[in-house]
Parts: sequence; structure tokens; C-alpha cells
Amino acid sequence: MEHIRTTKVEQVKLLDRFSTNNKSLTGTLYLTATHLLFIDSGQKETWILHHHIAAVEKLALTTSGCPLVIQCKNFRIVHFIVPRERDCHDIYNSLLQLSRPVRYDELYAFSYNPKQKESEQVKGWQLIDLAEEYKRMGVPNTNWQLSDANRDYKICETYPRELYVPRIASKPIIVGSSKFRSKGRFPVLSYYHRDKEAAICRCSQPLSGFSARCLEDEHMLQAISKANPANRYMYVMDTRPKLNAMANRAAGKGYENEDNYSNIRFQFVGIENIHVMRSSLQKLLEVSGIRGLSVNDFLSGLENSGWLRHIKAVLDAAVVLAKAIVVENASVLVHCSDGWDRTSQVCSLGALLLDSYYRTIKGFMVLIEKDWISFGHKFSDRCCQLDGDLKEISPVFTQFLECVWNLTEQFPQAFEYNEAFLLQIHEHVHSCQFGNFLGNCQKEREELRLREKTYSLWPFLLDEQKKYLNPLYNPDLSQKHTLLEPNTVSLNFKFWRNMYHQFDRTMHPRQSVFNLIMDMSEQNKQLEKDMKELEAKIKVRNKQQNAVLTKEPLQSVHPTLKTQCFKKEQPLLPANDAIRTIEGSNTADNRYSEYMEEFSKAEPAVVSLEYGVARMTC
Amino acid sequence: MEFAELIKTPRADNVVLHRPFHPAVEGTLCLTGHHLILSSRRHDNAEELWLLHSNIDSIEKRFVGSLGTIIIKCKDLRIIQLDIPGMEECLNIASSIEALSTLDSVTLMYPFFYRPMFEVVEDGWHSFLPEREFELLSSVTSDWRLSYVNKEFSVCPSYPPIVTVPKSIDDEALRKVATFRHGGRFPVLSYYHKKNGMVMMRSSQPLTGTNGRRCKEDEKLINATLRAGKRGYIIDTRSLNVAQQARAKGGGFEQEVHYPQWRRIHKSIERYNILQESLIKLVEACNDQSHNMDRWLSKLEASNWLTHIKEILTAACLAAQCIDREGASVLVHGTEGTDSTLQVTSLAQIILDPRCRTIHGFQSLVEREWLQAGHPFQQRCAQSAYSNSKQKWEAPVFLLFLDCVWQILRQFPCSFEFSEHFLIMLFEHAYASQFGTFLGNNENERCKLKLPQKTMSLWSWVNRPPELSRFKNPLFEANSLVIWPSVAPQSLQLWEGVFLRWNRSSKFLDEAYEEMINIIEYNRELQAKVNALRRQLAELETDDGMQESP
Repeated sequence: MEHIRTTKVEQVKLLDRFSTNNKSLTGTLYLTATHLLFIDSGQKETWILHHHIAAVEKLALTTSGCPLVIQCKNFRIVHFIVPRERDCHDIYNSLLQLSRPVRYDELYAFSYNPKQKESEQVKGWQLIDLAEEYKRMGVPNTNWQLSDANRDYKICETYPRELYVPRIASKPIIVGSSKFRSKGRFPVLSYYHRDKEAAICRCSQPLSGFSARCLEDEHMLQAISKANPANRYMYVMDTRPKLNAMANRAAGKGYENEDNYSNIRFQFVGIENIHVMRSSLQKLLEVSGIRGLSVNDFLSGLENSGWLRHIKAVLDAAVVLAKAIVVENASVLVHCSDGWDRTSQVCSLGALLLDSYYRTIKGFMVLIEKDWISFGHKFSDRCCQLDGDLKEISPVFTQFLECVWNLTEQFPQAFEYNEAFLLQIHEHVHSCQFGNFLGNCQKEREELRLREKTYSLWPFLLDEQKKYLNPLYNPDLSQKHTLLEPNTVSLNFKFWRNMYHQFDRTMHPRQSVFNLIMDMSEQNKQLEKDMKELEAKIKVRNKQQNAVLTKEPLQSVHPTLKTQCFKKEQPLLPANDAIRTIEGSNTADNRYSEYMEEFSKAEPAVVSLEYGVARMTC
Repeated sequence: MEFAELIKTPRADNVVLHRPFHPAVEGTLCLTGHHLILSSRRHDNAEELWLLHSNIDSIEKRFVGSLGTIIIKCKDLRIIQLDIPGMEECLNIASSIEALSTLDSVTLMYPFFYRPMFEVVEDGWHSFLPEREFELLSSVTSDWRLSYVNKEFSVCPSYPPIVTVPKSIDDEALRKVATFRHGGRFPVLSYYHKKNGMVMMRSSQPLTGTNGRRCKEDEKLINATLRAGKRGYIIDTRSLNVAQQARAKGGGFEQEVHYPQWRRIHKSIERYNILQESLIKLVEACNDQSHNMDRWLSKLEASNWLTHIKEILTAACLAAQCIDREGASVLVHGTEGTDSTLQVTSLAQIILDPRCRTIHGFQSLVEREWLQAGHPFQQRCAQSAYSNSKQKWEAPVFLLFLDCVWQILRQFPCSFEFSEHFLIMLFEHAYASQFGTFLGNNENERCKLKLPQKTMSLWSWVNRPPELSRFKNPLFEANSLVIWPSVAPQSLQLWEGVFLRWNRSSKFLDEAYEEMINIIEYNRELQAKVNALRRQLAELETDDGMQESP
């Protein structure tokens, strides 16, 4: 609280981000320990979690006050005008401090209290059990076993304790191989395909330099290919552009030399590094944030940002990986430089294409826990949870979600979850409200004692899973087409408006087919229940009546009386209107013309910002 | 002329048909006067292709040895390939297709030969009479009248015989105004906004020329639509620059001095070959699957298609905004008043008037604002994206309109009674059809061709219950509100149903759509059942009650 000097400012204006004539709402701004809250004169609330703030900017003083622009990690941008510069300065300084915590224990997760019992908290953390997951895949088995080599994080600090390796890979091989791999991240199992007996393995780049080799590492790869009885060769996918990998050789790192490893087929897939991705997103956001943007500026901005090109590259790599397993029965070893960014993307997407389990709500949680959290994707650094190196920030996980979204667009019936689920996960990766994504690796998480001090996100999502269910999901279909084969021709990739303009209500369709169908299918369940109850009641009545009728067979109901009773009947079900909500639209929301300015002065401004997806936060 | 003269080889065997996403089919190819037919010999389910010659936009032929290949590119954007053994046969067939798909005379077109296999319940040629439309109008206002001044098409050749004009303006004045407007298209009523009594009129440009000619009757006519003390807007669909240049050719725009109660707004909408070029580029980009991301996006951008969509929608929204929000009347025109003008007036009505979002209302809109209003369909839709003809009069003006409607439909998916399929059907029939509806360039030509007597109307077919049900939107729930679409580039999308229809498989999307319909139908079914059960239970309960207390 020491950062907060002003807790309440009145007469603050919230500007419409895309208005050409500065329409605004006036209200009061509150600063709490965790949130920035704006309540407008219509009592509509806008909550912004401090951890969601990516940047705060104080613009030059204007006649109406001091502008304060806040950019959030969930792509919300708010533009306030604070009447007095002093207040603005205070808020600005407070937000600067509050949005950049220095220590983990300052994060919201450590103070967030959902009023659960301790047993529930423990149970929540046990919801996702990776040992169970490996069992589901079919390991350990005759070829793969659990290794205790990293039980105490001695070999690799950024890996989890429990790792699965080929049964024939002895400890010396593991240790030797890990010494030859960047950050000690030696090849381990990421996904095992039971039917094909082929595996997706992951690691970091070898420290091969220009000529170095390591027999243990070569043995390790051999062990992986031997663990696949169906195919003698294996693929090694270096997910970096060839040029980058070659440059790494000068630093004593690099890539596998095909001559030294028997039976490997080496391949680059060319996904750019975290810095390229960061600046790509930056460019994308710059373009999409322009007011009065023209179609051509938008399209050329989209092109210049390269964003969709990167999304396509990631998905293309996953397709190559999945095909190698299914079509060629070959095991694949995936790596990039450190094996925690591009490798996580490609391994998890590959598994998602291969295994319909990951297309269920629970399965998707497992997938994230396995390939992202446990294998040490550096969430803390990439999402800038603590005040740190800005060059470590990168939207690697966002890209993963976007690839999944693209798949849900192409296969609308293959996923149990919907877009809201992806957006909610994205929200919480940055919210630091739950413990799952804090820190950079499992070791760090254990040291922070997150399981005792914070809550897991997953049980909360499961509790409200109704919101995340895809009404069109067809599990049978998923069984028929186990392998998803997405069309990755460029024109299939679209700008993800619901992610990058999540909070810009005016840009979205005013009626959502999806919500309508979701409500309807929810209603159908209720109706089915009603029907059963009614049928049972009628049955009981009929029985009673039959009993009566057998006693007094002559007493029949007079037809004229029958018509009368219709008047007494219960009101029938309301028509579907109730679930068809039509959101009114307004010309003021859309910027057709500046000509109208002179007329619209009299009209009160119509701007509304929604709560955002994360209402759970308050 | 006999079609037989054009058909040297009426039949070829062992022809192989290739279509994207379908296995190749081998069969017999037959050419008739209007169709290209391929039937396979397979007994189970004979694969057949029936293609109207008038749907063919261009053909290419290639030879490998004596095996000829004809690539047929259709106006509905489909591309098919026929492998025909025998060089002579192939050449004959190609030249026949070429000749038959480019017949000069309208009366040789298929609609004049087509005999429907269905019973006509309602003759579509009489479904949308201006008199009936006027009845609706006169029930809310008496400020307007029907004028028969153009009965003989002598005042304005591109107008229908009956138009709606202000009551206070007599036919004599209309004749004078017609001489002051391009092509005689004097201002007429396009739309009356019941909510506030404001109107939208349309016309062509005034012929002011370089010396600022004026026409008192013209001024009087359009002022007659204004309420006392109110101002109106003139939406000129050209940029100020273009409008100024038009003066040199005798055209021009309304000068403030002569029209002090009107405010002119220029909203530039492209026309003619610029639009045709745009379509050609867009389709080219969509058909090339080898593009990498950057190339695809830059091709999409270079086509300018979505820019045109945005321009048209923006102008239409502006017109609607003037009427509904500013409570002002509007006059819309460009140069001739037959293209961009109609795009704007018809889209503004979609936004403002819930009736236009029903199937019947939309047909009526197309009939009033496009067919009767004299959009030259025959010229504009002579060729599509694969033509090399580069005629100035060819332009996808109507397709752009349909695309704009689709964009609004996407943003308000429950507010339209029809689905995307209805719009796609209209696109197809505007370019090639067995029906006479889109033949000719205006009512005058249709009258001379005796289309109502000699051909079948598209509406006669569409309005039959089995067809109607195909075009219905399962999500429709009447929405009486004005619907304001977003025109932000992030909100506009490529119309995949038209532009990607033939070059990628939509299997999974179609299945999902089916599933959606199942959920909706199941919902209706359950509601009906539950209601019936409730009724039954209520009945039983009252029966019991009576038995208990006799």
C-alpha cells in the first residue's frame, strides 16, 4: 500500500479508444491494492488488475486535463483524462510501482483468497496429475521408463523432477547427454503415441560448435530411435531458421551433425526467435490501434508485422511433426535453442493434432501443465510478472493459443472447449492471480511453495466450465479423425479479433451465433429434464386415474368442461426470445463520418467498456 | 440461327472431369444449345455435371499428344477441367463452348427456352408491383403520388413506367427536371422512414455544366421533400474532384447557392472497370494456394476489394445515419445513378428497415432498387472474374452489394430471415440463370423482350416452400431495430462462401452448420413436447379435481 498516494479521483474522463471526435465517459477512478477501478456515471465498472498493466504513459497536458494511457497485457487499452495534473502524476507513479512488482510475494496470487478450505486448495492442485497423464499415454512400458536422474534437479534445474526416457538410456548416457545440451536440457519424452509406438521428444540445442561431438548424446538419440520398434530412423526437428542455428555454432552451440548420429533425419522448420515475435506483436498492435484505419493500411500493417506468418510457421511445424508420427511411424526429437519456447509450441500443438484428449477441457489443462509449465517455459520472464529484463518478454504462449484458435475455426466440432476458454487462460497467464503460471520452472515454483500459498487456476475453470463448452463438440467425430489435418494455406489464417480487440465492443458482431447455440443447447438439457419429470408425473396421474376409472367406469369428463380447463393451465414455456439477446448498436460506436460531429455534440457520448472476461478477479 | 450449326461434335466419350475436392469422373460429354453435360456410366450414382454455357466466363485449351484438355472458368468462380481424347473433338468442343457461351442475342439465352418442371404458385413477374408498394406508403403518408409520366419510357429510358414522386410536383415539372438530370433520371422516392417521416431519394447527377445551369423545377422537387425549417443532405457518391470534373462533360453537382437547404457530402465509391479489376485481382489471389503469407496479404490488399466494401458500407451507413439520427431527408446520386447510388440506397434500407431483412422484403428490395431502378445487369454481369474482355461496362456492382449485405448479416446473424445461401444464389443467377429476371438492362428492355410472357421469373421459383426453406436462416428472430454495422477493417472479412467456395474443402464447416441446425430444431421439438406435456398434465389435474369434488 505504500505505493498508493491517491486512492480516489473524481471527474475523470474515459475516452473511447477509436472515436474520432473524443467521445468520453465521466466517472470516478479508484486505486486499490490490486486493481484500478473506474466507475462511470452510469455505474458501469471497469476493473483493471495491476498485473495486467503492460505500460502506463502520461501524455502532454491538455486543456481538459492530463491524459493517462494504460496498455494492458490482455490488449485492453484505456485512455483517461485526469482533471488535475497532480492527481494524474500520483496515479501514474503508483501504477508504475504497482504494475512492476519486484518480488514474487507481491503478486496477487499470494493475497488472493477465494475463501476455500485448505483441503480444497490441496485438491485443486492435485486436479492435474502428470504421472497419470504419462500412464494414459502408455508409459512406462517396455521401451520407456521413468528416470530418477533429475529427482533433485541435479542434472537440469529447469526440467521437472520426473522425466521419461528410453529404457536403454543409462544414467551415464543421460548425464553425458545433458552436459552436451544447452542448460542441461537433454532429450526426454514429451508425448508417446500408443498406436504407432512413436514418440515426441524434446531437448535444447547441442553444444556442438563447429566440430564437437558427444558419444553419450549420440547414444541418447540412438536409444530414442531404438525405443520405436516400428521405424529405424528418427527425425530431429530444429525449429529455428537455419541461419540462426548456424550463428549459434560460433558460440559453441548449434545443431546435430547428421554424420555423427546414425539414423537421424535432420530438418529446420524456421520459426523466428522471441525477439522477432515480440516486435511482430508490437507492430500488429500499433496497426490495429490506429483510429480510422483504412482497409489497406490494416492489411499492409498485418503483412508488415509478420504476425500471421509466424502463426503459420508454428502450425506448419506442428503439422510436419504430427505427420512424421502418423504417416511415417517415426519418432521426432524437437528442439530450438533452449528448448522452452518454440519447442513447447511445436510439441504441444503436435500432440494436440495427434490426440483428441487434448481437445477436451481437462486434456487441454494437462497439455499446458505438461509441455509449458512442467518443462519450464519461462512464464515469469515471458509475461513480465516481475520487474525485469524487457527483452525477455515474448508472446510465445499467446501464439500457441492463437494456433489452437485457428484449429478450432477449421474444426468447429473437434474441440470440447470454446474461444472463451482460450481467452480466459490467456487472461490468467498474465493475471498472476493463480499460482500455476508463476515463476519460470518447477524448481522455482517449489521454492515459492506455491501449492501452499496460492491456488490453482484449473479447478476454478472447471467449476464454470459451462461457459467454456463448445455446443457443437462431437467426441465421436474426434475419434474418427484422430489426426487433425489443418489446411495451412495462407488464406486460412485470420486476424484474431476477439483476442486483440477483446475489449473493443464495437468491432464485434452484435449478435453471437455461438452464444445463442450455447444457450440453446443448455436449455435443451433443461427441457429434457423437464420432459422426463412431466412424463413421470403424468404416468403417476394416469395410474391414479386408471384406478379411479376402474372403480367408476362410467364417469367420463364432459367435453365442454375440458375446454375450460385450458384457461387454468400453467403458462407455457416462453418462446426463445429470452435467450436471444440483441445488443443495440449505435452510430456513435461506428465511425462512419466526421461530418456528423456538429450534430452529435448535443447527444451524450455512448462509450462502454466491458468488464472483460476476468470477472472472477473481484 | 440453329444451335446445331455451332455444335460440330455434340458428344464425346471417355471424357474425364476434374474438379477440386472431388475424385475425377470419367463419362460422356454432351453439348446442347445451352448446356454442357457430363454423365458417367457408373450405375450406382451417376455423376453428372450440368453447366449452363452462359455461366462460362472463359476457356483455355491445352494439348498433350492427342489428349486435349479444356479448362473452363465459370462466372460463379468455379474452375473445372475436362480431358477429351482426340484433338479434333477437343477443338470442336472448345470452339462450340466458346461460341455458345458468348451468344450476342438475348433472345437466344436459355431463359427463353427453359420450361420449368415445377408448378408456379405465384408468378414472380407480378409479385412486386409498384402499386402495391405505394399502397403501403399511402397508409402512412399522403405526401407522395404515383406518376405515370414515364409510361412510354420516353421521359427516362432507364426508369420503370411508374415512379413515386412528391404529390406537389406535377408531371410537367417532372419532364423538365428530367432534362436537367443525366439520362433523365429525375429524383424519385427510394425509401420512406416511417419512424420519423424522413425520406431517401435517388437520381442521377444534375446537368449543371461549366456555366452553372440551374433548374427551378429540380430545386422545387427536392425541396418538396423537406419539412419546414429542416435541412437535407445530398450524398454524392463521387469525390468532389470527380464531381467537379464532370461539369466539363455537362454534368455536375448541386450548387449551394441554388440549394441552400441542402448540404452536400461527397463519399467516393469506385465504379466500372476499377471494380472489375478489383474482382479479377481478388479471385486471382484466392485461387493461388501457393502464396506465402506476405504475398497473400499483399495480394488481398492490392485487390482493394475490402476497401470498396468499406467505402460502400460507410456511405450507406452515413445515409442511414442522416435519416434516422439526424432526422434529415437524403438525396443520393453519383453520375448516372444506376450503380453506386443503388448500392447506397439499398444498403441504407437494409440498415434501417427490418422488412428488407426478410426473404420477401429483400426480394422486393432487389426488385425496386436494382431491377426496376434500372441497374444495367446485362452489361454489368456480362463477364465475371476470368474474362479478358475488359469492357468498361462490366463491373461487379451487384456482387459488391451482396457482399456488403453479407458483412451486415455476419454482424447481425439473427436479424436476417435469409441465410448466406440466398445471397450466393442471387449472385449466381445475376450472372447466369434459367430465369429471365436478370436479363436486360432496365424495365424498358425487359418490356420489349416480353420477358414476363416468355420467361420464368426467378421469384416464381424461389418463393416455392421447398426452395424457401433452403434459404432460410435458422437463427432468425425479427429485430425491429436499426442495425448499425461496424466498418472497421478488423470487422470486415473476405466472403469465403463466394471467394473460397471452390478452392478449399468446407466439409467440417458444413458439418458444424448441420449440427447447429440440429440443436435449433431439437430445441423447437423439445419446447413443443414440454408444452404439450404441461397441457396434458394440467388437463389430468383438473380432471382429478373434478373427480374429487363432484
